[in-house]
Amino acid sequence: MALDNTDVEKIAHLARLQIKQPDIDEVTSRISNILTMIDQMQSIDTSAVTPMAHPFDATQRLRPDQVTETNQRDRLQQIAPATENGLYLVPKVIE
Amino acid sequence: MLSKTVAELSAALDRKDVSSVELTQAYLDRIEKLNPDLNAYITVCKEQALKQAAEADKQRAAGNSTPFTGIPIAHKDIFCTRDVLTTCGSRMLHNFVSPYDASVVERLQQAGAVTLGKTNMDEFAMGSSNETSYYGPVRNPWDSSRVPGGSSGGSAAAVAADLCAIATGTDTGGSIRQPASFCGITGLKPTYGRVSRFGMIAFASSLDQAGPLSKSAEDAALMMNAIAGLDSRDSTSLDHPAEDFTAHLQQSLKGLRIGLPRDHFTADLNPAVQTILQDAIKVLESLGASVTEVDLPHNHLSVPAYYVVAPAEASANLSRYDGVRFGHRAENPVNLEDLYKRSRSEGFGDEVKRRIMVGTYALSAGYYDAYYKKAQKIRRLIKQDFDEAFKSVDVILGPTSPHTAFKLGEKNADPVTMYLEDIYTIAVNLAGIPGMSLPAGMLQGLPIGMQLVGPAFSEARLLNVAHQFQLNTDWHQRRPEVK
Amino acid sequence: MSWETVIGLEVHVQLATASKLFSGSSTAFGAEPNTQANIYDLALPGTLPVMNEEVLRMAVSFGLAVDAEIGKRSVFDRKNYFYPDLPKGYQISQLDHPTVGKGSLRIVMDDGSEKVIGITRAHIEEDAGKSLHEDFQGMSGIDLNRAGTPLLEIVSEPDLRNAKEAVAYLKKLHSIILYLGISDGNMSQGSMRCDANVSVRRKGETEFGTRTEIKNINSFRFVEKAINHEVQRQIDLIEDGGRVIQETRLYDSDRDETRSMRSKEVANDYRYFPEPDLLPVVIDDAYIDAVRATMPELPDARCSRFVKQYGLSEYDADVLTSSRAMADYFEQVAQLCGDAKLSANWVTVDLLGLLNKQDLDIQQSPVTPTQLGTLISRIKDNTISGKIAKTVFEALTEGESDVDQIIESRGLKQVTDTGAIEKLVDDVIAANPDQVAQYKGGKEAVFGYFVGQAMKISKGKANPAQLNELLRKKLSE
Repeated sequence: MALDNTDVEKIAHLARLQIKQPDIDEVTSRISNILTMIDQMQSIDTSAVTPMAHPFDATQRLRPDQVTETNQRDRLQQIAPATENGLYLVPKVIE
Repeated sequence: MLSKTVAELSAALDRKDVSSVELTQAYLDRIEKLNPDLNAYITVCKEQALKQAAEADKQRAAGNSTPFTGIPIAHKDIFCTRDVLTTCGSRMLHNFVSPYDASVVERLQQAGAVTLGKTNMDEFAMGSSNETSYYGPVRNPWDSSRVPGGSSGGSAAAVAADLCAIATGTDTGGSIRQPASFCGITGLKPTYGRVSRFGMIAFASSLDQAGPLSKSAEDAALMMNAIAGLDSRDSTSLDHPAEDFTAHLQQSLKGLRIGLPRDHFTADLNPAVQTILQDAIKVLESLGASVTEVDLPHNHLSVPAYYVVAPAEASANLSRYDGVRFGHRAENPVNLEDLYKRSRSEGFGDEVKRRIMVGTYALSAGYYDAYYKKAQKIRRLIKQDFDEAFKSVDVILGPTSPHTAFKLGEKNADPVTMYLEDIYTIAVNLAGIPGMSLPAGMLQGLPIGMQLVGPAFSEARLLNVAHQFQLNTDWHQRRPEVK
Repeated sequence: MSWETVIGLEVHVQLATASKLFSGSSTAFGAEPNTQANIYDLALPGTLPVMNEEVLRMAVSFGLAVDAEIGKRSVFDRKNYFYPDLPKGYQISQLDHPTVGKGSLRIVMDDGSEKVIGITRAHIEEDAGKSLHEDFQGMSGIDLNRAGTPLLEIVSEPDLRNAKEAVAYLKKLHSIILYLGISDGNMSQGSMRCDANVSVRRKGETEFGTRTEIKNINSFRFVEKAINHEVQRQIDLIEDGGRVIQETRLYDSDRDETRSMRSKEVANDYRYFPEPDLLPVVIDDAYIDAVRATMPELPDARCSRFVKQYGLSEYDADVLTSSRAMADYFEQVAQLCGDAKLSANWVTVDLLGLLNKQDLDIQQSPVTPTQLGTLISRIKDNTISGKIAKTVFEALTEGESDVDQIIESRGLKQVTDTGAIEKLVDDVIAANPDQVAQYKGGKEAVFGYFVGQAMKISKGKANPAQLNELLRKKLSE
């Protein structure tokens, strides 16, 4: 599966990544090579196979509905890039 | 003293031949001397380590000791360590001082281990050479022009160069086993779900698993005793009865059935590596094992399937790095999109960005079935291959890597070349079963590893085979001369 | 040209658990920003989700309440998109294997007609945080206290044909949720939020028209207004030769209009895939039975029982069971006074009239069930008449608390002493000779006049039955 630069730009936007114009050809070519390698998967028919998301047939454990956490805001916001009045700051969200 | 195993050091501490403070100081001195060249550590926790060592000495004196009390260890920088920088090899986390401890870190700390520091790694564990680290490549202690393997390259180099007694690592597609092979040490990737992933920074959630990089199989067993077991904070952690991984080390190998995968021993494999493996197999046969060939018919599809599943999961796992609550944030963003795009593009390296894009593409509208779903189906076929093989053999033996450690920069031209490095290890992660690598010989002064793979929960058996091999060979005791 | 409207509702209900869906943080409303957001809620590296068992129980009980198929094996998926109120960059939700599958719900319209509305599914997912737009030097502030609060998203079939049906559906859903106790259902605090998918088509057409999704409808009243507004907008658009485009629109209650939300429109590709940090949630029949056993009687069942057990009309029973609190209120009153029909009248007419006038919920009623029950008992035991009871009821609404004390202190006790009533009757007859003559002359209607006069003199306290009987007797003498 070969991609063109427009495809790559679209994917980069979905993933919120920026690709500098001089690099785009190389990025496209490397990703295309990876996809070509991946396409070996199409060499076999898997129509009768059930997809496997987890290695084992284990099932979800549940926890009791209990509040186990206390307010750690000050400690947790020490590592935050920008806060004010306990809020995380981001450029204006427009709706 | 510093080249001794955990078992030996523990005995020395018990005998008071040495104190933990002395031992810790000796490792710290060696790190100070050698790390500038090897670059195995990103962070060294000098003060904290000496404090922990002093406490450990007290505990041992009071008779409250485990085999790890006072043993200086290192953690791969993928494990969150409270109040200590945790970078995951990325610029994205260059300022991330974790507010909490990973389960693995917590358990080893409870066992009395001393944390010397955090080891270098491929960025977000994406790499097979340690060259994708933002903090510079690690050098192989056997030859500083060569890579230590990846992604747990820092841990492997630190153990091999005696910069710690034992280290933790993680393995998503071979990231414990391949560097263990390149550095001439022992590495174990446990059954998926054996060791808690809580606090271990996610690369590919359904494949990631933590395990030891050690100087012997016995040490790996000791570490498994400390870190394995159910953790309620990880929903995928398995509720399997606790076991003593050292209990079966001494067991005879009489009757052991070893399977050799036909497709691992072909013309593609370096003949010298083949010879080394044949010699190793002879040792095991002399100890009572029998050997047959097995088929893993879908193994050749493991790399393609892996490079869909792992990037897909990673593309979502890495969305949280957005410059809002922690980590790298671009300066003066003009709007939200600019904040996201610049923070992420500045924070992530090329390989990480590439995998995020491959994963994003594989999950995007119109491609999900052809890529992600197809890969999940192949994953089942690969697991079925192993299930079938383990009906007739107890362990599968083969090479860990097609060759010895390669030169820095040698395989950077094309990502796919690097991806194929993991051709023998990746299927094990897709199937969720345990695998280990142990030193099996030397080629032109460089170590060669042998991989042992067993069915789910067979770690104790793998460790038993490895330990018996190590009682009868000395490859694991070879140490590089590091200047 | 006549048009048909097609509406489907997506209702997000915040489940009333103590802790979040995947973390042990509190879900309490109104805390200081980010004081209820722990390392998982903030999506710190290495953190993992662990599911709250109560969420599963609540979802299953809702499924049982709407006769839905219960997913024996439900699977969580990641829905990927970037937004500052979504810390992980994905929302954990359920795509192909929701906990609640196909079900249905019966609605009753004001004219008494009934309709069954299909429920497509109800799935469990995480709520997002909040963006606060007050100005922080041109920045927005993010509060993640709400992030990770459990939601049940209930998706209806496009079975609703007008805004009134949509409101009836929403009210029924609201009632069921409160009956089950799985949410406080508070729309103004966002515990229940509604998005409406609206399209129009010419009558007789079988294909659906292009739909728009209206977001942010946070009261029953706005649901009706927003839908009616959007329907009219679409009809006007088509009749003017335009075309409806599929988009998300925001309802602005201040201006009573919907407007396009272009910011949310940019090529959404959610890249759903199974959440690898969670395993399938598997339940068996025993679990489902256990949940069923703990469920309260639901509105439809309670309504039929009220008709059967108390002999109420369908209409009264429906009104009384429209909320669990109201039905509980009624049953307490009926039990206390022993007269269900009279209780139903008082609750549906007097009490509801009062609550409507003062815009109060039944929980906020100034008259307690015990007070109303006692009041009705006093009618039953002839202490007061029905008419006097209204005066006592009024006193209760004004804050007086003891029914018997009100009757006592105001001297409202009914006169049942035959001698006293006889004297009253004699006085009235003596004072009105003309009317007596008319009555005797055959003008029966004048009888009411005598009753009125007697009541006036007794200030309404004369026992009406005794008074009637004596009047007839004396007048025919």
